[in-house]
Amino acid sequence: MSEITINSYVILSTILFVIGALGVLLRRNAIIVFMSIEMMLNAANLLFVAFSRHLGNLDGQVLVFFVITVAAAEVAVGLALIVAIFRTKKSIDIDTLNLMKG
Amino acid sequence: MDFQPPIINLLIVAPLLITMGAGLFLMLLNIFCKRDGVYYWLTLAAIAAALVQNVAMWGHEYGTFIARGSYPMVVSDNFSVFLNSILLLSGIGTLLISRNYLHRTKLERPEFYMLMLFSLSGMMMMGMANDLILVFVALELLSIPLYIMAGLAVSRDDSKESAMKYFLLGAFSSGIFVYGIALIYGATGATALPAVYAVLEAGSPLAMAGTAFLMVGFAFKIGAVPFHMWTPDVYEGAPTVVTAFMSVGAKVAGFAALLRVFTVALPAMSDAWMGALALIAALTLIIGNVVALMQTNIKRMLGYSSIAHAGYLLIGVAAAGQHSEAVGSVLLYMLAYLFTTMGAFGVVIALEHKLGEGIMLEDYKGLAKRNPWLSAAMLVFMLSLTGVPPTGGFSGKFYIFRSAVEANLWWLAIIAIMTSVVSGYYYLRVVFYMYMFDGDRTEPVYAGTALKTGLLIALVGTLWLGFFPAGWFELAYKAVIGTTQLLAGG
Amino acid sequence: MLDNWQFIAIFVLFAPLIPGAAIGANWLLSPKKPNRIKQETYECGVEAVGSSWIQFKVQYYIYALVFVVFDIEAVFLFPIAAAYGLLGAFAVVEIVLFVLILVAALAYTWGDGSLEWV
Repeated sequence: MSEITINSYVILSTILFVIGALGVLLRRNAIIVFMSIEMMLNAANLLFVAFSRHLGNLDGQVLVFFVITVAAAEVAVGLALIVAIFRTKKSIDIDTLNLMKG
Repeated sequence: MDFQPPIINLLIVAPLLITMGAGLFLMLLNIFCKRDGVYYWLTLAAIAAALVQNVAMWGHEYGTFIARGSYPMVVSDNFSVFLNSILLLSGIGTLLISRNYLHRTKLERPEFYMLMLFSLSGMMMMGMANDLILVFVALELLSIPLYIMAGLAVSRDDSKESAMKYFLLGAFSSGIFVYGIALIYGATGATALPAVYAVLEAGSPLAMAGTAFLMVGFAFKIGAVPFHMWTPDVYEGAPTVVTAFMSVGAKVAGFAALLRVFTVALPAMSDAWMGALALIAALTLIIGNVVALMQTNIKRMLGYSSIAHAGYLLIGVAAAGQHSEAVGSVLLYMLAYLFTTMGAFGVVIALEHKLGEGIMLEDYKGLAKRNPWLSAAMLVFMLSLTGVPPTGGFSGKFYIFRSAVEANLWWLAIIAIMTSVVSGYYYLRVVFYMYMFDGDRTEPVYAGTALKTGLLIALVGTLWLGFFPAGWFELAYKAVIGTTQLLAGG
Repeated sequence: MLDNWQFIAIFVLFAPLIPGAAIGANWLLSPKKPNRIKQETYECGVEAVGSSWIQFKVQYYIYALVFVVFDIEAVFLFPIAAAYGLLGAFAVVEIVLFVLILVAALAYTWGDGSLEWV
């Protein structure tokens, strides 16, 4: 057993980021894709906070505030788009977004 | 602990304040006034005012706006003034070509103008941001309104689909981008670009990974292969005015931040990113130009063409580490791209008689007989996009290729020249359709005064850059040498 | 002396235990006399009619979206509040500007009619 070092946080955040990225690439439900994106952003947030503590420098924590608020703005726009699409398609499967190809 | 209020110099962000303030003002105005014409003129006036203020700042060093520690968060130098002028011109161009279009397609709402002003502010911030936090905020400020604008035609499925695709991939790329910032922060403990430069050591694995993530994030935004998948769909589905706006604005802003971040903060990594960018440039050139050959929808074709142009611009960025004039050539290319693309989209808009109709290649048959002036303008824009002298496109490519050769990127220059020749096929096919076929189209061509003005400006700009490129290049080069640490070697 | 990992192990063990214990105790101690009315979703108030899996008015979502944004923006007020004593007049001006921008957004939503409950 060793002390919890910065490495543990980096590994955890990498795992979260990879889960998020795979979710975006593999899942077809728009809401789940969306949640996966949020997970990627939060993986980055975890990294910011961990590094901020590790380096004794507050910049990282300030950045987290910005990421959180920007993510909220993204959520608002994204959910509105999902609602708008659902109203005509009755589905939020992103594979049904296939009008344009080539 | 004593808190020192930061020194604030509002003059530096004056153009930004004008566009943002106008956006907020329009939001409030929307409560009382629903007449669309008012919004058009106010937006035009605000952007013009911002442009005048911006040009007046050329050549001055105004110090810094909000210094955090010893490094400014926002800088205004000739580089940002040059880029902001391009962006503001693209705003004016979009407004001019959108006037009649929005009206006849029933898309004109106050929201279009507000979102455009906010997005424009974000684009301008991209070139002025001197701190990774601010680059991120600017990136989102430019993207989020664009997602909504792409879906402006709410009643149409293709518009909504394009908005959704743009949003999902845009948000995905911001996720990657933020992670890149986190890694760079972890490696250096800093987010200000000069501070990162001061601390960064070559070969740190964290910083290496961070650089890669930042590069992927930027590649998404500028539509570079292999992160270009969204571009043609979004370009095709979005209302054409929005397509025009994002094809110039989002791309120029993306390159602005890319140039500043990579040349100011990450020269220590330049061996790694120069090679990677050169590779991405080559792929982008080949795939963009080859797939464009098969397109029959003109908006989609211009989508692939914009991917290809991202490739040419990337050559300049890849050469930036070794050849000091490379950044200048990128700026000149952007200027040529602005005029040419805006003009080409102006013609597309004039022919789009109903929302989503009149945008196929077929619809251009016999245009020369129906409307000789419009087709002559389109001829110039297509020649410029191909890179035939004496047009702006040729000048842009000439300087880019020259800097590639001087940076010893021979192979890249050869690929670029070959793909330019290939691109001639699909650009000149439009010309061929206009001049060599007899058309049976009877739909009206909508070329109002505003659109004609826009086309005229674009035409003059394209030809001026074509005939007298040297003076413009000198200006672009001055934009770079006036800028701290934006030259080869930092 | 325990190291950090052991703290985490203890945390992982005990964290589910506490709510589990609360719910379990409730289940053990409470008298059970079910009847039809008690098993309704809402024991008192208006009776629920039909399924709740219906499409809500879009107004409902707009309300929620507007709430999300304004709710999160409040995050910027916390640091200012926490460090208020140190910051002085500068921070007041900053935060008033920030709130005014939010108010403009609120005014826009209001003028747009998005806050009307239909």
